[in-house]
Order: sequence, then structure tokens, then C-alpha cells
Amino acid sequence: MKRLLVLILLWLPVQAHAALNVFACEPEWAALAGEIGGADVKVYSATTALQDPHRIEARPSLIAQMRRANLVVCTGAELEIGWLPVLLREAGNAAVQPGRPGYFEATRFVPLLDKPARLDRAEGDVHAAGNPHIHTDPRNILRVGAAMTERLAEVDPANAAAYRSRGQDFATRWQAAIARWEARATPLKGMAVVTQHKSFPYLFNWLGLREVAVLEPKPGVEPSVGYLARVAEQLKTTPAKMVLRAAYQSPRPADWLAQRAGIPALALPYTVGGSERASGLFGLFDDTLDQLLKAAS
Amino acid sequence: MLRPTLLAAALTTACPAFASDDLDALRAELREMKAVYEARIQALEARLQQTKIKTADAATQSIPPEHATTEATPAGNRFNPDISLILQGRYAHLDDVEHRHLSGFLPAGHAHDAAHGFSLDHTELVMSASVDPYFRGYFNLALLDEEVEIEEAWFQTTSLGNGLLLKGGRFLSGIGYQNEQHPHAWDFADNSLMYRALFGEAYGNDGVQLKWVAPTELFLEFGAEAGRGANFPGTDRNSNGAGSTTLFGHVGGDVGVSSSWRAGVSYLTAKASEREGELEDLDEVPVDTFFSGKSKTWLADFVWKWAPNGNAAEQNFKFAAEYFRRRETGLLNCAGGLCGADSAGDYTATQSGFYAQGVYQFIPRWRAGYRYDRLDPGSVDFGANSAFLPVTDFKPTRHSLMLDYSPSEFSRLRLQYSKDKSMESLSENQWFVQYIHSLGAHGAHTF
Repeated sequence: MKRLLVLILLWLPVQAHAALNVFACEPEWAALAGEIGGADVKVYSATTALQDPHRIEARPSLIAQMRRANLVVCTGAELEIGWLPVLLREAGNAAVQPGRPGYFEATRFVPLLDKPARLDRAEGDVHAAGNPHIHTDPRNILRVGAAMTERLAEVDPANAAAYRSRGQDFATRWQAAIARWEARATPLKGMAVVTQHKSFPYLFNWLGLREVAVLEPKPGVEPSVGYLARVAEQLKTTPAKMVLRAAYQSPRPADWLAQRAGIPALALPYTVGGSERASGLFGLFDDTLDQLLKAAS
Repeated sequence: MLRPTLLAAALTTACPAFASDDLDALRAELREMKAVYEARIQALEARLQQTKIKTADAATQSIPPEHATTEATPAGNRFNPDISLILQGRYAHLDDVEHRHLSGFLPAGHAHDAAHGFSLDHTELVMSASVDPYFRGYFNLALLDEEVEIEEAWFQTTSLGNGLLLKGGRFLSGIGYQNEQHPHAWDFADNSLMYRALFGEAYGNDGVQLKWVAPTELFLEFGAEAGRGANFPGTDRNSNGAGSTTLFGHVGGDVGVSSSWRAGVSYLTAKASEREGELEDLDEVPVDTFFSGKSKTWLADFVWKWAPNGNAAEQNFKFAAEYFRRRETGLLNCAGGLCGADSAGDYTATQSGFYAQGVYQFIPRWRAGYRYDRLDPGSVDFGANSAFLPVTDFKPTRHSLMLDYSPSEFSRLRLQYSKDKSMESLSENQWFVQYIHSLGAHGAHTF
């Protein structure tokens, strides 16, 4: 027991000087925190690109990470409603409770699309605040990045200057990249596409793509074969160029429809880590655009 | 800008009798007012300009204004409490058994799960919200015909930090794995034999709980509780001090990206005074029993979950097992049958049991599961009452198979078959069809 106490005492001051622990709910925010935080932060991503962020469980390892977090960076808008509140409750970490500087919700800094007109579970898994998949528009990443820079500076004032300079540097590089992507994406404007889940409205809004059908009859509800057949029928009158899904989603519905309609099915990386090339935020959009352009030509 | 000048002119003409230095003071005051007004107007103009820029900005982003909102609601941050209602019902096909019991075990409270045919299970009403920046409140009401039970009503601190959580009120104890789950969260239509033998349903208590989560990468959690101890295996003694105490520790983590686990050890001690029960005497005539003494229970629990790439949406597997060992020492009085009006004797019992279950989601929405229950009546010594009460070495067992279908996260339909050998000389085929619906607030994805 004594030895344990000594060990704990020896270890505590080491912890105090260690980098700021950032708990990111999704890989895109983990990558953004890494860009702005650099070596001053230690980022943990609660999910990977191959996991459905709606359907995570409050596993013991996540509670342990939440306990150590100095800053929690999540999407919000009810995307993590099933598990984030449990983690916040069970970890006993007062500094990251909602309303404290240690709690950061990205959707607070971005105008949300697809706010449901009717709040009823009969409409499926609807998010009252709007569609939470905001990071598929790079301009939203810029907005969230600016807010995150300020938040990091607030939570860790000793390194505020470093956060601001890295944040500024990232914003400059990101703006240049957006201009590059927008120039490349002009052929995609007005292109009709089908998606599996409403994962990309922000991407479509940015590039001017038209979503003519969604494979899920209602958000979060798996499509039946009958429903897919109806979508295929609909595509005969309003044709689409391709079927899109996020890497974590089941390939079955998209592949089925693609085969039926004779159009390509794409597994977009959706977030950082969703494909080999999407190992960072820049790679995420490079790969997404390359895939879209290749399929469109 | 015009008004102060006019006012000054009016004042000068209306009051020619003012002394000149008075007039100067007034002029100075008016100049000051004018400056203030001008500053305000400039500020307003600047704000107007900013708004114009913003609107233009929004327009270039081509976000339809009716769809745009900057006021995202953070999770669980409303003034109204989260309210949910659990609707649960079933159809049960069971044998006609007069006295349902677990052979070799003293009954733990009243059992609900004996209704044949169609019946309504607990209907649960749950409310929870932040009380203020320091506390969170939770309330769970179980409704049955002519019976309302406050299953839980507690507060928990949110601002202690350092991994400390203090809970007070009525709550389900943190011991074991399944104990904190309400019936709608169970993976099978009925309770495990272990929990039935230990607590009837689950161990709830009026008291306080202190939990501490260690700041380590490996999940480490320790907890202690002290409470009234009114529920089985204790009794309501209505006295000062704590009737029951518990200690528990949990450890857990991930193995790779696909697997995660949690294991724990718990200890419960409770005091009983004339705890009522029912046994059959050597002539198989029911007799009433009254136990007074101490009950000490050890529990060990282990949970393993697997999903490809950690994505449980398509396929996932869950294994859970728990083991207990309980020792009760004290006095047992029996009345009726061979015991006569009242017969007192020493009582010592060391009993154990376990369950192990696996649930596999093989395609989205469909899960199949198997559970094995086994209890060991162990050694029971009735002392002077050994002349009247039988001791058995029959080990209750049960096999259960379950298939459930969840159209969404909020609804579930379940079919279950059990081969129940929990009563000596009886092998029962049990069939259950069950529905569980949850309305209102989004449920928590607990491990």
C-alpha cells in the first residue's frame, strides 16, 4: 500500500507537466486538434473512421480516457447522444462537463443544415438540432478550427501563443487547399448522386452536388430490398451518376443498387482514416475529390 | 444630433435670466450629451455594417436561411428533464407449478415472473436532469397493477472532479455487472437464476455510494456503499447506522480495436432480522422461516464484447458471466408443519452459483443468445431444526435460447425458450414472447 502511494506521488507531478489531454469523439476533430495543438497536446480519438459514431458504447477504456481529459472535442447536435453523456457522467471529470471550457462542441460554431420540420421518432433517427455531419464541408473545418484555437488557448493559457500561431498557419494552408479543391471540383457542380445515409449534405452543399435519393427510408433505418427496388425504379426517371456511402457503412445496399442501376458505388473515406490516403484532413478531401472526379468522368 | 441643439436654443431663449456661467455649464453638458449620442450612432452603424457583411457571407455560402441555425443544442442541455417511458409486456407459456422456488435456496423476496399467458411487465417511467452545476438527479418508477415502486431516486455529484462521484438516495448497487441494469436492458426475457437467488431481481438500497475512477489508461474504478439494507438478503430493521455495506472494484480496457472487456469483484454484507421465507419440511409441507443473522456475498463478474473493427452496427458478440458465493450465519426459526408453533435453531449456509451467456448479432437488427444458469445449494446446516427441514444437494440449472429483433434502437421483440430445472424433480419447458419499447429520451449505450 505504502509503495503504491509513493508510486502515485512520484507519478502525479509528471502528469502535471505532460501535454494537454484532448479527448476527441471523432477522428476529424482529433486530426484538427493535432494540427492546432501540435506537440502541446496528446490527442485520443474515441472512434475510428470504420465505426458508426451514432452507435458507440460507453466502454471502460473510453471512461478511463474521459477521466484524464483536459479538453473534450465532440460534434454535438446529438450525434453522440447515446454514449457521450454516459462517459461524462461516469468519468468524474468536472473540468469537461458541458458548460465548462473543457467541453467543446463543434456544431456550436457552424450553421446546421436539415433541421427537421417534425420531431417524431416515426421519422427515424432524427437530430433535433440539424444534420451533425458538418466536417464534410472544409469551410466548416475552418470555422471549427478558429473556435478550437481559442478554446485551446483558454484551457491551456501557457501555450496560447503556440496554439494561435499553429491555428493561423493551419487556416492559411487550409484556405489555399479549399481554393484548390473548389477549382478542381467545378465539373462536379450539379451532378446527381444517391447516398446511403444523410452523411454528406454539407459536402453536397459546398460542391453543388444534387442528392436525388437516400437509400435509408428514414435516417438510421436500414433499407429493405423492396425499398431499394423502389429507389432503383425512381432512378430510371431521375438518373444519378453514382451511389455514395461512408467507409463505416455496410456496402450491401449501395452495391446492390449500383449493380441494379449500372452506376458506380463509392466508399468515400467520410473522415480521417477512412481510406489509406485519408490519413490526415488534407488527404481526406484530396481522396474524396479524386474519387468523385474519377467516377464522374 | 439635432435635438440637443434645439433644446439648447429653446433653453437659452426661455431662460434669459440665467447667469452666463450657468449657461456655460449647461452648454458643456449638452456638448457632452451630443458626443455620447454620436458615439452611440457610430456604434450602431458599425453593427449594421457587420450584419450586412455576415448576411452577404451567409449568402455566398448558399445556405438557405430557413435551414441554417447557429443555436445547436448541446447534448442533454435543456431545462426540461429527460423523460422516458418503457413499455414491456410478454406472453409466457409455463407449466402449472404451485410454489415456484429455487430448490435448496431461501426465497429472495417476491417473484414477479410467474404470470402465465399475456401479461404486462414493469412499465417504467424515468426522469433525469442536471439539478444545478453541482448535482444530477435521476428517478425511476416501476408501475404494476395496484403497485407503484420507486426503483431508484437519487442525486449524484457532477462537480467533485478527481474521478470522484458521490451518489445518495435510493439506487441500484454498483456490485456485479447485471445489477445496475433494469429488466428492459437484460439480454434475456427473464432474470438469471443467480440474481433471482441473490436478490429476487437486483440489489437496491437507500443510502450513499462513493465511487472513484483512477486517472489511468486502464479503466480502474472503486466503490463503496452504505445503506439501509432493507432489501433481501437484509431486512428493514429501522435502526441507526448502516444495515448493509458494499465494496466493489472494476477493471477494464480494450484489446486491439475490436474487443473490449471489464471484470470486477464485489462484496456485500447485510444484516437480517426475522427475514421471512418459506421452505418445505421433511413431509413436504410448507413451513414459514425467519432468519436473523449476517449475510455476506462475494461476486465476480466478467464481460467481453467484440465487433469487427469495433463497429457494432453490423455484427457484434457479447459474453458475460458472473459468479457468487454467499455465506449466511445466524438463527433460523421455523413455524408450521413439523416445526410446530415455533422452533429455533442455528443456521449456517454457504451457497454459490453462476451464469454465463453469449449474445451474437449476426446481421443488423437480429441477435441470438444462449445462457446457462447453475446454482449450488452448497452446505446448509439447520442446527436443531435439522430434524424437521431437509437438506438437498440438487443443483438447479437452466438452459435458455433467445432470438430478438430490434426494428430500431427503441424497439425490440424477443422469443425465448428455456429448459428450466431449477426445482427438484421438475423439468419445465418455458416459452416467452416479449416486447420492449422505449419512448422519449434517447437511451444510454452503457457497456
